[in-house]
Amino acid sequence: MRFLFKTDYEDDIKLFPHSGYVFSYGLLLALLLIAPHVLSSYLMSQLVFVCIYATVGVGLLILTGFTGQASLGHAAFLAIGAYTAAYLQQFNVPFPVYFLAAGLLTGVVGALVGFPALRLQGIYLVIATISFAFIVEEILARWESVTHGNEGMRVKTLYFLGTAVPRDGPTFYYLCLAVLVLTIVGSLNLLRSPTGRAFVAIRDSETAARSMGINVSLYKVKSFAISAAITGFAGALFAHKLSFISPEMFTLQLSIEFIIVILIGGTFSLHGAVLGAIFLVMIDPFLTYLKDDMPGVIAGLAATLGAGQERAAHIQNSVAAFASANGLKGAIYGIIIVLFVLFEPLGLYGRWLKIKLFFQLFPLYKRATFKRQKIYVKSERNR
Amino acid sequence: MLDFVQQLVSGIALGCVYGLIALGFVLVYKATEVVNFAQGDLMMLGGFFAFTFIGMLGLNYWIGFAGAVAAMALFGMLAERVVVRPILGYPQFSVIMATIGLGYFLRSVAGIIWGTDDFKIETPFSQGVLRIGSLVLAYDKLSVIAATIILCALLYLFFNRTTLGTAMRASSENMLAAYYMGIPVKRVVSIVWAISAAVATCAGVLLAPITFIHSNVGLVLGLKAFPAAVLGGFGSIPGAVVGGVLIGVIESMAGFYLPQGWKDVAPYIVLLAVLLLKPEGLFGLHVRKKV
Repeated sequence: MRFLFKTDYEDDIKLFPHSGYVFSYGLLLALLLIAPHVLSSYLMSQLVFVCIYATVGVGLLILTGFTGQASLGHAAFLAIGAYTAAYLQQFNVPFPVYFLAAGLLTGVVGALVGFPALRLQGIYLVIATISFAFIVEEILARWESVTHGNEGMRVKTLYFLGTAVPRDGPTFYYLCLAVLVLTIVGSLNLLRSPTGRAFVAIRDSETAARSMGINVSLYKVKSFAISAAITGFAGALFAHKLSFISPEMFTLQLSIEFIIVILIGGTFSLHGAVLGAIFLVMIDPFLTYLKDDMPGVIAGLAATLGAGQERAAHIQNSVAAFASANGLKGAIYGIIIVLFVLFEPLGLYGRWLKIKLFFQLFPLYKRATFKRQKIYVKSERNR
Repeated sequence: MLDFVQQLVSGIALGCVYGLIALGFVLVYKATEVVNFAQGDLMMLGGFFAFTFIGMLGLNYWIGFAGAVAAMALFGMLAERVVVRPILGYPQFSVIMATIGLGYFLRSVAGIIWGTDDFKIETPFSQGVLRIGSLVLAYDKLSVIAATIILCALLYLFFNRTTLGTAMRASSENMLAAYYMGIPVKRVVSIVWAISAAVATCAGVLLAPITFIHSNVGLVLGLKAFPAAVLGGFGSIPGAVVGGVLIGVIESMAGFYLPQGWKDVAPYIVLLAVLLLKPEGLFGLHVRKKV
C-alpha cells in the first residue's frame, strides 16, 4: 500500500496525486486513441454515444452530484444545444462558432432556469425541472419557423477546418473524445477551485454554507449554468451523431436515462459519469446479444444436463419466445435501477473503490467502511 | 356561457381524476416522506386487476372492484417490503430512483402479461347522462367526482381523527421519536402503502370507462397527477384534490380557448408560476429550517 505524505494544501488538490495516476490514465488515453483501428464500426458508433452520454453525465454530476440539486430536465438542455447547432448550421456558420453558441445559449437558459429554482428544494425542484422540460419539448414542436416542428430537422455533415467529418468516421470519434476529456479536466479543475468547494458545501448543508459566507443563490445559479452549458455542448455533438433531430427524441425518458447514468456510475465522483455512460450505452447491444444467443446456450446446457432432443428444442423455443417479448427491456431496466439503489448505492465506481480497498487492506478489510448512515431522526422537510 | 360551464364541469371531472391519483402520492408522502413515482403504475395495475376479474373472469362489477382493491393492497405491501423498506432513512433521491425503477418494471410486466391494447371495463355507469337544463354530464364522470369527494373526506378524517392516522403523521415527522413512543413504524409504513395502492386501484377502476386501460396509462396520468399534488402542496390531502381540479380546469380551458398545443403545457406553466410565488405549493406547510 502506498502512503501519501501531504505537506501542503496544494498536495491535497493535485490532479494526479501520484505517478500511478499519470501512468494508468495515460494508458487509458492511448487505448482510446488506437480504438478506431481495432474495434468494429458498430462498437465505434457505440463508443461515440458513450462519449456524448458521459459528457452529459459530467454536466449532470456537477449539478446533482456535487451541488445536490436534482434535475429531471436535462433532456431539454440537450435539445436546446442540438437545435441551436442545427439551426445555425443552416446559415453556413462554421462548426467552432455554432458549437460554442450551442453551449453558451444553453448555459444562459440554464441560468434562467436556475433563478426560479433557487427557492425550490427536493421534490419541488424535480417537478419544476420536469415542467421546464415539457415546456421546451412543446416549444420545439410548435415553433415551426425555426425547428420545423414535429417533422424534425436534418443535420448536415460536420465541416471542421474545411474538411468533412462524417458522423461514423474516426475523426468524429476523436472530436467527441476530445470534448469529453476537456469537459472532465475542466470539471476537475472547477471542482478543486473555490467554486467547486462552494458547490459541495451547498450540497452538504445549505445553512452551514450560508453561515460560512457562501452566496448560496449565486453558486446555485452558477451550477445550473455550467451544467446546462456542458449538456449544450454534448447536444451539438448529439445532433451531428444522429444527423436528424425531432422533439420526440428529447422526452422525460431521456432525462431519466441521464439520471440512470450517474446513479449507476456513482454520484460522488466524475468517474461515475463515464462508467454509467458505458453501462447504459452497452446494455443495448448486450441485451440484443442475450436475446439472440441465450436460447441456444440454455438449450445446449439442458441437453448436456440430460434433457432429450425434443425437450431441448422446446426449451429453446420457450426461452426465445420469452426473450423476444415486447417490453422486456423496460423490465430489465427497472430491475437494474432497483437493484443498484438497494445494493450498490455508490454505483459502479463505488464497487471499484471497494474492490481496490479490499486488496490494499487485504486481511483487514471490513464492509462497514462504506456503510451509509441511515437518518431516521428528522424529515427532509426540516433539514 | 354554456360552453364555459360545460368546459368547467368537464375540467372538474378530469381534475378529480388527477386528484384521485394525487391522493395516493400525498398519502405515501404524508406518512413516510417518500415520493412514490410508481403511483400511476400502481393505478394502471389496479385497473388491469379489475379488468381481469370483471372482464375476463366475468365477476360482478362490485365484487371484482373489491377483489382488485384487496389484491392491490397486498401488492402495495409487497412493493413496500421489497423496494422501499431497505432504503428508508436514505436520501429522498434514492427512493425516487427506486420507485422510478419499480414503475418501469410494472409497465413492462403489464405490457407482457396483458399486451399493449386498450381495455375497457363495463361499469354500471358507463351508459347514460344527467341533464341539467342544457348541461350534459356523463354518469361515469360524475362517479369519479363523487368517489374523489368521498375518498378525500374519508382519508382526511382518517389522518386527523384516528389513532393510526396520528401515528402516521408522527412517523413522517420523526421516525425515531415515533418509534420511541411505541409506534410500530414498519407496520405503519406497510399499511400506508396498502392504503395508497388501494386508492390507486379505485382511481384505475373509475377511470377505465373514461381513459381506457393500457400499460402506459399510469405514466401519462401520473405525470399530470404529480403536478397536481405539488400544486396543492405535497402532503396536504385537500390540497391534492384542489390541485388536481385546478390542473384539470386549466387543461380543459386551455384546450378550448387557446390555440392547439397549449392544452398540454398550460398546467406546467401555471405550476411553475405558482412555485415561483409560493415554493411550498398552495396548501403546503411552511417549515422554518432548524440548524
